[in-house]
This record gives sequence, C-alpha cells and structure tokens, in this order.
Amino acid sequence: MMACLLEAPLRISVLSEVTATSRHYVDRLFDPDPQNVLQGVIDMKNAVIGNNRQKANLIVLGAVPRLLYLLQQSSSSLELRTECAVVLGSLAMGTENNIKSLVDCHIIPALLQGLLCSDLIFIEACLRCLRTVFISPVTPVQLLYTDPTVIPHLMSLLSRSQHTQEYITQIFAHCCKTPEHQTVLFNHGAIQNIAPLLISPSFKVRMQALKCFSVLAYENAQVSMTLVNVLVDGEQLSQVFVRMMQRDKPIEMQLTAAKCLTYMCRAGAIRTDDNCIVLKTLPCLVRMCSKERLLEERVEGAETLAYLMEPDIELQRIASVTDHLVSMLADYFKYPSSVSAITDIKRLDHDLKHAHELRQAAFKLYASLGSNDEDIRKKITETENMMDRIVSGLSESSIKVRLAAVRCLHSLSRSVQQLRTSFHDHAVWKPLMKLLQNAPDEVLVMASSTLCNLLLEFSPSKEPILESGVIELLCSLTQSDSPALRVNGIWALMNMAFQADQKVKVEIVRALGTEQLFRLLSDPDTNVLMKTLGLLRNLLSTRPHIDQVMSSHGKQIMQAVTLILEGEHSIEVKEQTLCILANIADGNTAKELIMTNDDMLQKIKYYMGHSNVKLQLAATFCISNLIWNEEDGEELRTRGSCGGSQERQDKLRDMGFVDILHKLTQASDPNLCDRAKTAMQQYLA
Amino acid sequence: MYQVLKEVGLDLERANQIAGFHTNNKQKIGVPFAAVFLINFLDVCYQEKELNQRLKRLYPAVNEQETPLPRSWSPKDKFSYIGLSQNNLRVHYKGHGKTPKDAASVRATHPIPAACGVYYFEVKIISKGRDGYMGIGLSAQGVNMNRLPGWDKHSYGYHGDDGHSFCSSGTGQPYGPTFTTGDVIGCCVNLINNTCFYTKNGHSLGIAFTDLPPNLYPTVGLQTPGEVVDANFGQHPFVFDIEDYMREWRTKIQAQIDRFPIGEREGEWQAMIQKMVASYLVHHSYCATAEAFAKSTDQAVHEELASIKNRQKIQKLVLSGRMGEAIETTQQLYPSLLERNQDLLFMLKVRQFIEMVNGTDSEVRCLGGRSPKSQDSYPGSPRLFNSPVHKASSSQTYQTEQNNAEVEMELDHFSNGVSESSSNGFLNGSSTHGIDLEECDGDMVDSAQSKRQLCGGSQAAIERMIQFGRELQSMSEHLRRERGKNSANKKMLKDAFSLLAYSDPWSSPVGYQLDSIQREPVCSTLNSAILETHNLPKQPPLALSVGQAAQCLSLMARTGSGSCAFASVDDYLH
Repeated sequence: MMACLLEAPLRISVLSEVTATSRHYVDRLFDPDPQNVLQGVIDMKNAVIGNNRQKANLIVLGAVPRLLYLLQQSSSSLELRTECAVVLGSLAMGTENNIKSLVDCHIIPALLQGLLCSDLIFIEACLRCLRTVFISPVTPVQLLYTDPTVIPHLMSLLSRSQHTQEYITQIFAHCCKTPEHQTVLFNHGAIQNIAPLLISPSFKVRMQALKCFSVLAYENAQVSMTLVNVLVDGEQLSQVFVRMMQRDKPIEMQLTAAKCLTYMCRAGAIRTDDNCIVLKTLPCLVRMCSKERLLEERVEGAETLAYLMEPDIELQRIASVTDHLVSMLADYFKYPSSVSAITDIKRLDHDLKHAHELRQAAFKLYASLGSNDEDIRKKITETENMMDRIVSGLSESSIKVRLAAVRCLHSLSRSVQQLRTSFHDHAVWKPLMKLLQNAPDEVLVMASSTLCNLLLEFSPSKEPILESGVIELLCSLTQSDSPALRVNGIWALMNMAFQADQKVKVEIVRALGTEQLFRLLSDPDTNVLMKTLGLLRNLLSTRPHIDQVMSSHGKQIMQAVTLILEGEHSIEVKEQTLCILANIADGNTAKELIMTNDDMLQKIKYYMGHSNVKLQLAATFCISNLIWNEEDGEELRTRGSCGGSQERQDKLRDMGFVDILHKLTQASDPNLCDRAKTAMQQYLA
Repeated sequence: MYQVLKEVGLDLERANQIAGFHTNNKQKIGVPFAAVFLINFLDVCYQEKELNQRLKRLYPAVNEQETPLPRSWSPKDKFSYIGLSQNNLRVHYKGHGKTPKDAASVRATHPIPAACGVYYFEVKIISKGRDGYMGIGLSAQGVNMNRLPGWDKHSYGYHGDDGHSFCSSGTGQPYGPTFTTGDVIGCCVNLINNTCFYTKNGHSLGIAFTDLPPNLYPTVGLQTPGEVVDANFGQHPFVFDIEDYMREWRTKIQAQIDRFPIGEREGEWQAMIQKMVASYLVHHSYCATAEAFAKSTDQAVHEELASIKNRQKIQKLVLSGRMGEAIETTQQLYPSLLERNQDLLFMLKVRQFIEMVNGTDSEVRCLGGRSPKSQDSYPGSPRLFNSPVHKASSSQTYQTEQNNAEVEMELDHFSNGVSESSSNGFLNGSSTHGIDLEECDGDMVDSAQSKRQLCGGSQAAIERMIQFGRELQSMSEHLRRERGKNSANKKMLKDAFSLLAYSDPWSSPVGYQLDSIQREPVCSTLNSAILETHNLPKQPPLALSVGQAAQCLSLMARTGSGSCAFASVDDYLH
C-alpha cells in the first residue's frame, strides 16, 4: 500500500504543481463518515475525466493506495467499492506513467480479487480497469498468469454480460504472447468459451473474440486443429471467419479474420488449396496492401500475406497476378513522399514513423513471392528500381529492414538468370559483403546463405567476391556456435572450391587449416559434415590438384576417410566419402595412398557388396579409377615413381576384385552394371 | 409437364406453344428425341429462371423496360466469321484465321446500363483453337467487328495469347497472365468510377482501364480456327465473388451519403427538416402531434386547427371504409368541392360501392353488415409514399393489365348474376334489426376471412348495394354525356362491378380492390383536393422530396451515373 508513496523523487518534482483542490479530493477519502467518502469518490471521478494533470496529481498525492484500500475493504458499501474501481479505471486511461504507478501499487491482484464478488456492476468496473491496465505496453503480461485460479475464473465470467465478454476477451487478446500462454488459455476452454462470442450482437465483443482467436492460433497446431472442428450456431468456424472478411465489414475485422485463417492454414489445419484460403483469405490480404488502406494495415496485410504463402508455390503464383500486387508493393518504398514533406508536418511525421515498417514488410512479401517461381522473380527484379532498393535496404540503419532486404535478396538469388544478370549489374555482392562484416546472427545467416548462391560457378559475382578476400570471413563462420552459420560458411567454401584454380584451393586449405577441416568432419550437424565432404571432394578434383592436395595432406585425409567409413553415418555421408576416395583414386600419385592401404581396399570391397546400390556404385567407381589404364600410367612408369596400371590390376585381381566386378556385371541396377562392365574392359585392354 | 413448367416459372402460353410443337414431332421422330428435346427445353427454362433471378438480385436498380440487360450475344451484331450456338451464348471462329485481318468479334444484345453500378460477366475458354488469339472486353456500338476488342477507338480488350490489355490501341500494355483452354475470364465494369478490371479463375487481376465511356457492350473477339468460348451473363453462378465486390461499393456509396458535408448550414438544415415534418403532420391531419411538434420546435402552423380536424375526420372515415359518411361530411364542410369536381365524387362513390360489397360502408353496415374495424384500430397512418402520383398509380395499372384477360364480361352482367354467384347462404345468421351507427362501432368483431360474406351477409344490404350500383351506372352515363368519355372512370367502374362476378370476391382476381390499403389513394386524393381549395399544396413537401429523390435516381440512371445503383430511396425509409 505504501509503494507509491516511496517514489520520492517523482513526488518532489511534481509536488510543486499540486494544487490545493487535488489535495482536497484525497483528504475527503479519509473522512470518517462513509457517506462523505462516497461523495468524495464520486466528485473525484467527475474531476479526473479527461484531465491528465489532475490524474497525475492525485496519483502523486497517494490517492491510489487509499482507493485500493476502500475497494478491498469488505466494510465498504458496494456502491463505494464500484466507484473506486471506476476512478481507478479513469486514472489508468491517462499516461503510461499512470499505469506504472497503478501497477506498482499492486492494483492487479486487488482488482482480480474484486472479481470474486458477486455483484455484476462491480465486476464490470474492475474488469474495465483491468482491461485498461493490461492493454498498456508497460504492464507485464505475466501478471495475468501468476495466480492459476484467475484464468478459469475469467472464463466463467464470460457468460455474465456483454461488458465482461468485451473486457475479458480484450485482456486475453493482449496477454497471449507465448506458446505457454496459448496452452494455458486453451486448457481452460478458451475456444469453447469464446467461439459463441463471434456471433455476439455487439461489434466490440465480436472483434475482441476474433482477435483472441488470431493470437491463440498463431503457430499453434493444437489450437488450429481444434478450431477447424468448432461449430458456431451450426456453422463451421472457418466459414464464420470467411463471412467476417466480406468487403463491407470494417477493415480491422477483415484483416483479423484473414490472420486467423492464415494461422490455421500455416499450422496445417486448413489445406492451402482450400477455397477459403485461395479465393477468400489471399485476395483479402492483397486488398489490405492497397493504397487505400492505412499504413499500419498495409504493413500487417503484407506481413500476413508473406507468411501465408511462404511454403506454397501455387499461392505465390496466384498472389503474383492478383490486383497488380508486385507493382502495388513498389509504393511501399515511397514514404515519406515528397508531397508530405512540404505540405504537412503531421503527415510527414506519420509517414516517417511507418516508412521502415513499410519497407521491411514489402521486402518480406517480395521474398515470399519469389521463393520458388522463376517468372515471379523476374517480375520482381523488373519492378521499378527494385534492385537499387534492395541494395540500399541492405545498408539501412533499421535492422528489421536490413534483415528483410537480405531475405528478399536471398529469395531472388535462387534464380540462375538473376544471378547472371541483375545481381551482377547492381553489384549486390558489395553491400552484402559489408553486411557480413558486422551483423547479428539472424542477418548473418541470411546474408551468408545468399553469398553461397553468389559463389556458384556460373555466377559472375564469384570472381569479384573472391578478390575481396572473403575466404577468411567464411572460415571464421565455420567456427560459429550456430550450426546454420557453420553450414553456410562451409557451403560457401564448397561452392567456391568447385572447379576453382589451384591458387584458390590452396588458399582455402591454408585459411581453413587442416585442423579446422577435420574438426568439421566430426561436426554433430550432418549438414556441416556433408558440406565439408563436398568441399573436400571439390578440392580433390582434376588430377594435378588431387596429387598436390594429397601429397601435403594425404595422411590426414586418409585417416578422416577411414574414420567416417567406420563410423555410424547415413548412407549419404558414406556415399560422399566414397566419392572422395574415388577422386583420390583418380590422381596419379594419390592412387598409391589407396593401393598401399590394404585396409582401405578391404573397405572398398565391402562397399562393393553392400546392399545399397549408391554405395556399391561409388565403391565400384573408386576401383574403376584404380585400375584405369592410360598414358598417364606409362609416363609415370617411365619416371619410375610408382607402379603402373598393370601392377595395380594384378594386385586387385589377387584380392578378388575381378570376381566381384564380374558378379556386378550381372547386377539389376543398369548404372552399376555399366560401371562394372567398363572396369572389366580395362582388364581386357 | 405443365406442373413442371409452372414450377420453372414459365408462362403457360409459351409452354403451350412448345408443348404443341413437341407433340407434333413425337409422331414423326419418336419418343427419344422428344425426351431429349424436353430435357434440353427444361434445362433452358431453369437457366432462364436462374438468369432472371440472378440479374434481379445483382442489378435491382435497373429498369429493364428502359435499359434491358445483356443476356446473350447478338446474332445481328457480329462479323461473319463468328458462329453462335447454345442460345447465342457459345461463340466459335469460322474464318480462315490467317492474318489479323481475319479477326472477328461479336457484341452482346444490349449495352451495359449505368444503373447496374457494377456490372460483371464471365467467359469460359472452351478451346484455345490454333493460336489462342482471343480477346475479351467491351466496345461501343458501331465499332468495327472485323477486329479484336481493344484495337479501335471505344474498344477495350484483354488478350489471351500475351496477357496484354488493349485500350483503344493496336499495341497492348503488359497487364495480366495469359489465358487458355479451361480458364474462366471475368470482366467487371465499375460504372461509378468508370473503370474495368478482369478476373482469371476467380482472382481479380487489378484495374485494366480507366475513364471508360458510357454504353459499352460486352464483346469477345476470336482470330484463329478452333477457338470456342462460352459466355455467362448470369445464367450460372460466377466463379469470381462479384457480390462481395458490390457490397464494398454499396458501403462506400452509402458512407458517402451519410457523411455528406453540411458545413456551416447545419442550422438551416434543421429548420428545414422541422418544417417538412410539421407540414407532413398537418397534411395528414395529425393535429395533436402537429400542434405539439410545432410548439416544441417553435413554428407556426399555416392552417387553422379546426380545418385540420375536419380533414382528419374525413380521412378517418375514408380509411375505415365508411365512404357514405365521408362523402356526406365532405359535402357539409366543403359544400362546393365535390360539386365542382365530379370526377372526384365519382371516384368516391365507386369506392363507396366497393365498401358496400365489403360490408363496411355505413349504409349497408346498419342493414346488418359486418362492422368495420373501429376508427382507432385502423393501422392508421396513410402511407406517405404510396401517394397516387407514384406507386399507387403504377401498381394499379400493373394489376389491371394482369387481370384484363380473365375479366371478360359484360358490364351489366352483375345485375342478373348476383344471386347465383353469391348464393352461399348470406341470409342465415344476419341480424334483421336496424342498428344505428354508434352501436355498430361497439360490436367490433372483425370476422375471420372464412366468414366473409357479400355486404356482410344481409339481404337488405345486398339490395341496397345493387340499387347503389345502378345509381352509379347512371351517374357514369350522365358524366359521359356531359363531359365526354373518360377511360379512367370507365375502367374504375368496370373493375368495381367485376367484384360481383365471383362467389368469393375477396379471393377473386379483382379482390385486391377490397383490401383496405386501396382506401389510401382515395383518401389521399380527397385530402389533396380539399387542401387545394385552401390554396395549400396538395402534396406534403416531405413526400415531394422523396418523390424527387426517386426521380433524381432514375435521371442518374439515364445520364450514366452508376452510383444510383447503391442509393435506393427505399433503403432510407424504414
């Protein structure tokens, strides 16, 4: 009760302004005659309505603890308690500081306690005040969930009146922020209790109930699955939502209903080809992006639409031709407009406030639209100044915009054509590289993933990126704690090493260091392991490179290969490893590392007889390379460095490989059969 | 079969015609053909009914007498390379299709009426033919049909091969996706902002054209062999939810009306509205209300209270069916009025005759007829907007047109036909004592419909009624001699006398005359005549402004303002 009074600094600073009348109101709360107290509270109520200074004064003078005391006192008359709740509600309507003071005075438990009273008018007054407190951003939502009896009691109060319905659903809609909150509300029957309110005669109740469903269903399969089976007055809930999206309904209602259906769809409760999604929700969200809507609505509309169609190419295709969406989004970049700057300061302020939000929403939606379809990507990059906008978005101060811009860039970078044309023309790699230098992880993940695509061999940006000294950066990514960053780092290196010059390969090996390379080969993340093997395989291509890498790192590589082949790994990993071995077998000098390793030859033999055709094929490929008979062999023999193909063939025959190859020529898999036959021909040659 | 046809909503005449044709053919071609024919025929009937219902629902503001809606392609307004089938809904290409010079178009039978507000049709691509050079759109009357829509002035089209839109130009603009076999393309004209957008398979593609001229026809054009498209002008449900789009515009227009700025003139508006309400109350003689209203709004009443009360008295009599008394009172209070206005007197007397048949007129009531509803219990307020100037007159002509065919009878037939046609025991149970007026008012038992009897069931009353009818007949003849033929009077009398041709006049085709609602136009005409003699307006300004609003809307429809579609006056009269 004394909590507020302890806030001394505030008190002193404002005290000077406190007028005598304010003090008079507070003094009357302490009158010994209850009738005078009641009249005092009523007068106070009339004095504070719409008067923020008066509200602050009363709070500073300690009215809140006294009002709470009177409200909680069972000896107070019901009328007095109700008036106290009304005044507190009025104080809460003021500034955020007011709310803070009220919360500090423990107004929430006091009001929640008040809900246990049987008098409806009193309950409504308490709920109205609670509503005002809870919808403020300064109130910790957790306070609703501290006492486990509160939620069930609120559920039971839903049936009392339209006012209780409105306030309680509004509280739920604002205080459901995490999956845990969703579960608590769900377990206490939120769906059954709130669904009937969707057809309430009161618009406010319908609207708040709808908002409840949108926060309950968000990324929540359990809620979404339940929702599809709910009937409201004999009608399916999804149909009720569809009706709420009709074009003559208020925009807020259309948008929120579209969110509900979007979340249900993304949670897997409604198919993406359901008419209520394709013909209703999607067009409704596209409409929300139109110029006629408010800036806030356009942001929400675009974000929700991006989320809806992210995983579905068909929805992306439909959206891309609906109401000129792609060019409509270009308008999102025109804030603040040049007109607003000159004519109207208020509008300029409003535009500025929303400009970042608009841009990031547009980038998100472009990213979603272009994530699968080549034609759509083309359409996006051909939109006025699109690439320039992305490039400048990458270096904006707002992290949200940077992230969205890089997501957009990533989505477009999946296009071979765009990599070859617009990406190169606009030198997007430059800001991208800059972004990679210093960015939070989520931006880094997207940026490095985009970089992977820019490093593909057909990308003309590959060369300048290489020259910019990216290798060190990528190597440092492979040391990140985040598996996603490690994958992207090694993946980019893998792409970089593909058909690269000897110089580049050497540089990669040097920068990465064999120690890090082998650490990555034992990475707990399979993706990292696979890409590392991919890197090795790319490093070990074309004969001179193979021999050079193997001559300097042969021992460690053979060890690592042995380790992986002996370990518990997936077929894909082992296949990739055998392919590396096959590459080694293709080298001139490197061959000997296998030929002299009987243990390894036994392993190859084992995999030639494996039940999985892919592994058989890779192992056979390896043998085929070992017995390959060509001029290089001759040349080498004359140099006398090591044995020629004849000797290898003999050794392998002795080890029984010919028999196996013979058997494999009868294999049912045509590729394996061909490969075995080709190898056998080497013996005949 | 008649039953089926009736359900389908087809008029019997047409059914007869078709059925006759059908039986003739049966003998020659055999039953299977007949069955197929019948099925096809019924299909068309259903389609027609659905079409009419849908068009009515979509475009309620369109007056089809003035501006018919497009229902099919026009066999007269097409290039020769176009073939039509399936009730002129299917279009196919029958030219060579070698060059763009072989392009061919067809227009719908009628242009799109502005009163649609929002107009929509769909075209399904049955086959894209050789190259799929199909154009869907709009064109004005007289635009060359040897072209695809969009290529010429006042012609607009969306083409399937490249997805471009053509706005009165040979070169298109990138607009939407391409379309081909199986796609449904919709074309929506917004006559409020004069724009057009297309839809593909139910998805809106966004605005294609702006600043469209009025009176465009739905148009399709084809250019290569094998191209076939089907139109849907409302015969089937649309793939695109056009009604949802219309809802949005209805809301927009209504919000525009609701938020019409009054500006500084708020006070003026209020005073004007108060004046209108007051004059309305006075006009219909709600004197107590009028007095109270005038007092509270500080207005002067431009008629003496006594005069209002007199009119109120007369109106009450007319509205309760006591025509004899009403005429008498009028003659007393306004001695020269009816003398000078013989047509009005005639009309009142015809009404009196009808009320006699009804058993409500005071003359027959006191002879033992049933009592009318008491004055106070009469639903009361004359229907303001049923003033004879507008609705009442039109509804009357409508009803008589409908009934004309079946009321083929001699005018004087009633005199000898009465006793047979109304022989269902009107003698029993009726009181034989003369009861005076006040008592009649007392026993206020409005007999159930099944008990309705001619003139209330009293023989004496019937005789009085017949006698009155003869007087009326001679008055009619007298009037004709004096002032020449008057077809309105003649028809009025004929309709009234026709009541006697039926054993149960109430449920007869002319029975509507007995409905108490028909007293309202009579009452209103009489009231207006009285007011005119006092140099007061014969219509209250309120009714006048409502009528004016309705006229304004129909004028808007004629001058191409589409917003009239969503501003029906009825929506504002609750």
